[in-house]
This record gives sequence, C-alpha cells and structure tokens, in this order.
Amino acid sequence: MLRGVLFPLALSVTLLLPLAGSAKPITDLKSLKLDVPAPDQMFPDGPGADAINANCLVCHSEDHVMNQPTLTKEGWEEVVEKMIKAYKAPISEEDASAIVDYLVRIKGKK
Amino acid sequence: MAKEYTFHDMTRRRLLGAAGMGGLSLLTAPAFAQRMIDLHATGGPGTRPLTDDFPQKRAMVLQRTSPPWLETPFDTFDKGVFTPNDQHFVSWHWADFPSEPDLDSYRLTVRGHVNQPLSLTIHEILNDFPRIELAAVAQCAGNSRIYMQPRVAGAQWANGSMSNALWTGIPLKAVLDRAGVKAGALQVRFGGMDKVILPESPAFLKSIDIDHARDGEVMLAFGMNGEQLPLLNGFPLKLVVPGWCAVYWIKMLSDIEVLDQPDTNYWTARGYRLPNTPFGNVKPGDSNFKLIPVTRNVPRSFITNIRSGDTIKTGAPTEARGIAFGGDCGVAKVDLSLDGGKNWLPTQLGKDEGKYSFRQWQTRFALPARGDYDLMIRCTNTKGEAQPAFPIWNPAGYMSNTIETTHVSAA
Repeated sequence: MLRGVLFPLALSVTLLLPLAGSAKPITDLKSLKLDVPAPDQMFPDGPGADAINANCLVCHSEDHVMNQPTLTKEGWEEVVEKMIKAYKAPISEEDASAIVDYLVRIKGKK
Repeated sequence: MAKEYTFHDMTRRRLLGAAGMGGLSLLTAPAFAQRMIDLHATGGPGTRPLTDDFPQKRAMVLQRTSPPWLETPFDTFDKGVFTPNDQHFVSWHWADFPSEPDLDSYRLTVRGHVNQPLSLTIHEILNDFPRIELAAVAQCAGNSRIYMQPRVAGAQWANGSMSNALWTGIPLKAVLDRAGVKAGALQVRFGGMDKVILPESPAFLKSIDIDHARDGEVMLAFGMNGEQLPLLNGFPLKLVVPGWCAVYWIKMLSDIEVLDQPDTNYWTARGYRLPNTPFGNVKPGDSNFKLIPVTRNVPRSFITNIRSGDTIKTGAPTEARGIAFGGDCGVAKVDLSLDGGKNWLPTQLGKDEGKYSFRQWQTRFALPARGDYDLMIRCTNTKGEAQPAFPIWNPAGYMSNTIETTHVSAA
C-alpha cells in the first residue's frame, strides 16, 4: 500500500486528507511517445476565407470557430480584437476586417 | 449511507452511439460512421463528434482539435465519482506542447525569490519528498458556457469540462521549503512545457499567493487514480490546486518562480476575469462592475441518471441519483425538487471521498399524476452556500452554477 512507503512527515498530512485505496504506489514514470492529431481542416470557401485561413489557423483549428455560437458584428469584432490585443496575433487591419465580415456572414446574429 | 451505485438504469438508452444519429446528415462532418453527441444547445451548433483520435483518450466530446479541448461525455458522471483517466477532460491554451516529453532531460526548476534555486529530476520528485494523496475536481472556469443565454464566445463547453480524480504527488510546500522562500515573497508563478506559437503571444502562466502555495494541499501531482498522468492531462507533472478552477492546474509543470512583486503576465493579471457581483452575475450590456480573477469553485450538482425528455411511470418508485461538489469545501446537503423548486426533498449522500471530490447523492421519488415535471437538484456546501435558481450570465461565461433543471413527463 502507498501509505507503507510514505515518509513519516507525510503521515500527519495524509491523515487529514482523504485516502482512497490506490493500487500500487507509483515508483517510476514511463516515457510516452504519442501522436496528437494535427488539424488539416480549412474554413469553408467564400469571401474572406483566405484571410481567416492565413491568420486564424496559425494558433487554433477551424472547429474552434465553427463551434462558436452566432454573434453580432460587434461580438465578432471583440473576438478578433482579443486575438490581436490579448494574444498578439499579427493580423493586419485589412485582414481583421475581412475576417470579421467572413464571421458575420457565416455566424452572424441578426 | 447511500448504497453503492450500480450502472443499470434504463434511462441511459439515448446515449452515445444512438445519440444524434437523426441529425447526422445535417452536419458538415463526414457522414460515415461518426458518432455524434447532442449537447442540446440553442443559438449555435449543438452537436459534436465523439472522438477516439486522441492518445490515451476514448469517446471524448470534440470541442476543438487544436489546441485540444476534449470534454468528458456526461454519461460518465453516472458511473461513479472518479472520472476514468481516459475520459478526464482536456484543455490546452497553446498547441505547441511535447508529445514525447523526455523524462531524462526533464527538470522542474524552482527559482526567483528563494535562497537556493532548485532543478529537480523526476527521480528526485518521486523519491525525495513526502507524498500526499487527495481527491479533487478539476473544473474549467467556463464549464457549461454553452448554456449561457445570450450565448458568449469561448470554449463551448457543455457540462463536461469537469472531472474528478485521486491525485498523488508531493506538497508544493515541501518543494518551496527546500528552496527556502525569502522574506517578502508575494506570489508563486507556474509554467509548463507548452510554448506559444507566435513570439509575442503571452506564455501560459498562472500565479497564486504565497500563503496559498504553502497551505500543504496545493500539490505537484504525478499520479492520477493510481497511474501516471495521461499526456494530455499534463504528464509528467501537474499542479493541483484543490478547490480552485482548473486554469490554475498547470500541465507539464516545469517552472516554479517565487515572486516578490505581483504577477503582471496576461493570464494572471488580465485573463480569466469575472464580474465582482453575487455569483458573477450581470445583465447583458451592463458594464458598471469591477472584474476580479476567477479563483475558487462554487457548489454544483447534477442528476446523472435521468435526462430531459425522459418519461417516468406515474406513481412508480423511481431512483434519482447524481453527483455534487461543494466547490472549495465539502457538500453539506443535496436536495431534489419535483415541482420546479417550490418544495425540496433531502437526498442521501454517498461515500465522502474528501471535501474537494465529487460526492454521489441518491434518492427515490414518485411522480403523483400524469403530466410534465421540472426536476431540480441543488447542492448546499459546508459553508452554507447554495446554488442559485436564477440563470447566471457574464460576458466571458465563467462560473456558472445555476440549479440544473431536468424536464420529464409522467405517463
């Protein structure tokens, strides 16, 4: 049991804490060599698709956007502004405007 | 004491493979054999694929491919209080994290306002410090954001960006004591092995106050439900801040910096902000409020064996069960209402796995006559805080803990 290998100092701590029965104590970690899926989905074609593909897919996959709710134009402007100001995405004014228009077209809230 | 849970309930019929098949043809995703799940959201896409594509994970709700946002499917919560590691939710802020972290070269650095900076190997972390274990819920501050009305931008989590695990690790306090925190230390800042994509972007760092860091419970975890951490949950080492939002639970933890000045980095000083109002609730359009950081969790509870739309036999004794958590303290009681919150019935609480853990509740009830019913479930924590009945809304969609309602009919 894990408690059998605890240092004495730990006992006073663990007695105060919940202890569910775990199997064997962890004595070593095994290295991992895994594949994390790489996204390859582009945005649907249409005016502004080049701008949104070129700028937004640098940091996140297309499904991030496609799963968003519909938002007003002001809502989408805030989102794009956050990407530029908070996360420092180097999006030109021209592209930012094209991206907002694209988002309003596919996910605009009337 | 409530009896042990069993997983036999007939109301589970609409889950997983069968869910959403009717809507499949409407989706842009490939129409072949992809399992979809319906999150029952309005004002935007409500279905998501269930994915097996991520390493060490199965049947996760795919919210975003990269950086991964993988949600725990809700039926998992009916099976017990500990979320299986392969269904523990996943959330990354930056996509550049190692898929093959090298344990031989791994070091945890402890630096800053300390007497003796440290550079610890995995072997030292596993062998040179006292071990602690505790059960704690990791919950994203934006859990349930998809249900806020009006809808807000952000990760469109349903109720599954929360998971409970038994964490094994070492107290952060022991590591800080070994480094020797100097007088005047204010905060401790944590960073992981993930890197920003663009050079100017803010590295993902979070800080907590020095007293919190030394409370003996904040831990560096290498074990999760008795096994090493899955890669996507932060292998090899994760900061666990019991009772606090998962944004603080830095994954692939590699750097601990003791600060003698307030942390000014984006994620601590500006991101993850909530209105300083009761329950973080404001009206859409309001701007007359101060913003404060999200910190501790708040009480929540869920019915896990009955879903909206279910039909229950009139007059028949029926089991209701689910999970609750107190937030940053234990669960005092969980009450069930059969009439939309007018009257409340006590439920029996299951085994206490610790104050930061999910706790099961269960009861039996009967619906007296044919018709529609609103079942509601309400947790009151050991500080006396209860979930509110009104819908919570704030611009970033944080800290939702409105009482959940399940619409059923008796026939």
